[in-house]
Amino acid sequence: MRYLIIGNGAAGVSAAETIRANDPTGEIIIIGAEPYPMYSRPGLAYVLMNEVPWKQVMARRPEWYQRLQLSLVHGRVTHLDTAGKRVKLKNGRLISYDQLLIATGARAVPAPYPGADLKGVVYLDTLDGTRELRSQAKRGRKAVVIGGGITALELSEGLAANHVRTHYLLRRDRLWSAVFNDDEGQLLEEKIRSHGVKIHYHSELSEILGKRGKVNAVRLTNGEIIRCDLVGIGIGVRAQLEMVQNTPIKVDRAILVDQFMRTNIPHIYAAGDCAQVYDPWSETYNLDVLWPSAVAEGQAAGLNMTGHEHPYTKGIPFNACLLFGMHITAMGQINPRSDEADGELNVVQHLSRGSSELWYTYPRQYSSAWSKDGVNTVRLVLDGDFLVGALVIGDQALADPLRTVIQSRVNVSEILPQLKQGGSPMKAALEKLWIGIEAAEAGDNHSFGGS
Amino acid sequence: MNLFQQLFQASAEENNSQGDHDIQLELVGRVVPDSRRCVQCGVCSFNCPIGIPVREYARQGLPVQMADCITCGQCIQVCPRGTLRWEVQRR
Repeated sequence: MRYLIIGNGAAGVSAAETIRANDPTGEIIIIGAEPYPMYSRPGLAYVLMNEVPWKQVMARRPEWYQRLQLSLVHGRVTHLDTAGKRVKLKNGRLISYDQLLIATGARAVPAPYPGADLKGVVYLDTLDGTRELRSQAKRGRKAVVIGGGITALELSEGLAANHVRTHYLLRRDRLWSAVFNDDEGQLLEEKIRSHGVKIHYHSELSEILGKRGKVNAVRLTNGEIIRCDLVGIGIGVRAQLEMVQNTPIKVDRAILVDQFMRTNIPHIYAAGDCAQVYDPWSETYNLDVLWPSAVAEGQAAGLNMTGHEHPYTKGIPFNACLLFGMHITAMGQINPRSDEADGELNVVQHLSRGSSELWYTYPRQYSSAWSKDGVNTVRLVLDGDFLVGALVIGDQALADPLRTVIQSRVNVSEILPQLKQGGSPMKAALEKLWIGIEAAEAGDNHSFGGS
Repeated sequence: MNLFQQLFQASAEENNSQGDHDIQLELVGRVVPDSRRCVQCGVCSFNCPIGIPVREYARQGLPVQMADCITCGQCIQVCPRGTLRWEVQRR
């Protein structure tokens, strides 16, 4: 049996590990487009911020591949022959397979402006790109950053950490408006300013200007010109689908897979950022660009490729991040404004890394509860008697209890008054509920173990 | 006061109220990960003063068991994702 995995990221490597655990003798080949062992893509932000040297983000050593007898091939797949069950690499090499996993991930959406190919237009996307970006940042004096999600904010923070005078362009009057409400946005804006980043409101880029092939300014749609040497682009990512073009594999915004990570073609699976996974609960195909989702999808694919029948159960979309020194955890459905839901969805053309499209769905019947204490905030999103999402900024004590409560879909009607009250009554009620759920789950596990 | 001083003081107060004398002998602890939060960035391992591969523990969801761990809490402080926490155990 030969398992072929295209993609050496979180999904591909998790699948390989799972396959090896279930098939000790099968041949496993991983094809990675970048000349490295698996590395942590979320860790690139910390490389840019000089928190760690670039080699530190390598999450697996070559010896790990050897120990699990995984062949790592560096190359790019240019053609997939689904009938002949083989792929062709750019260098002409043909590799056949019995079971194929496509885990090619997603790449940054390129800047859709004139001048996008000038030197100095930078992305936080790949390890090589980040190394290049860091060396340019050391020489750069002034940068303009665009984009509404985590990546653009990390780019701004990272450039500022390298003493680059950084200008962050906001299309509207509020930061990351698809996720934050006004108060949350203001909290982060204060932090951003304290790091020396200048925020420009109602500002949209129209053109990147350059001289002798290098960036020297940007022009905004209102005609204003900002001089700069670097333009940071963080406007989202899109699935890498080149290798499935001209194949019968069904694709929407990414490769469509069922709960077992199967595409519509037998023996071909997909997982991670390049997969759009069927969710039986909402009866839709969803897109996540989240590390834990990629790992879980890869593990599910690996199990099913080795003959198991293991449906992938989507957890609530969850991400914890540190932006400008502020801890932020987002989970479930958190879009702050129901009345603007349609408009906001139009703004979010491409998901940014570290986000889920479920964050942005917010049916009109939802209500919210809000608690603020200095720089710490908790926003709860409620659908009747059920908690469906939360955004926790600052003190993270409630992040884990909230995840458990949301994930377990317990009725919270009895503590609704405390939830709406906020502050310590909300905290006490949530912690009590959390402990109850954890104890009940532990009891279940115990009874399983004893039977 | 940092996290560890707070924890230490809280434990000390609790122990003193119970009439214990040498709290350092009575309490031990360990670093425990929540692997669901971990993105394998390696900031923890890089900051460990004695080179424990904390990232590996976090990936596997295992408590840091190495006897060498001096429980300085650096890894907990630097983790950008809140993956690591301190678990106090009684001897």
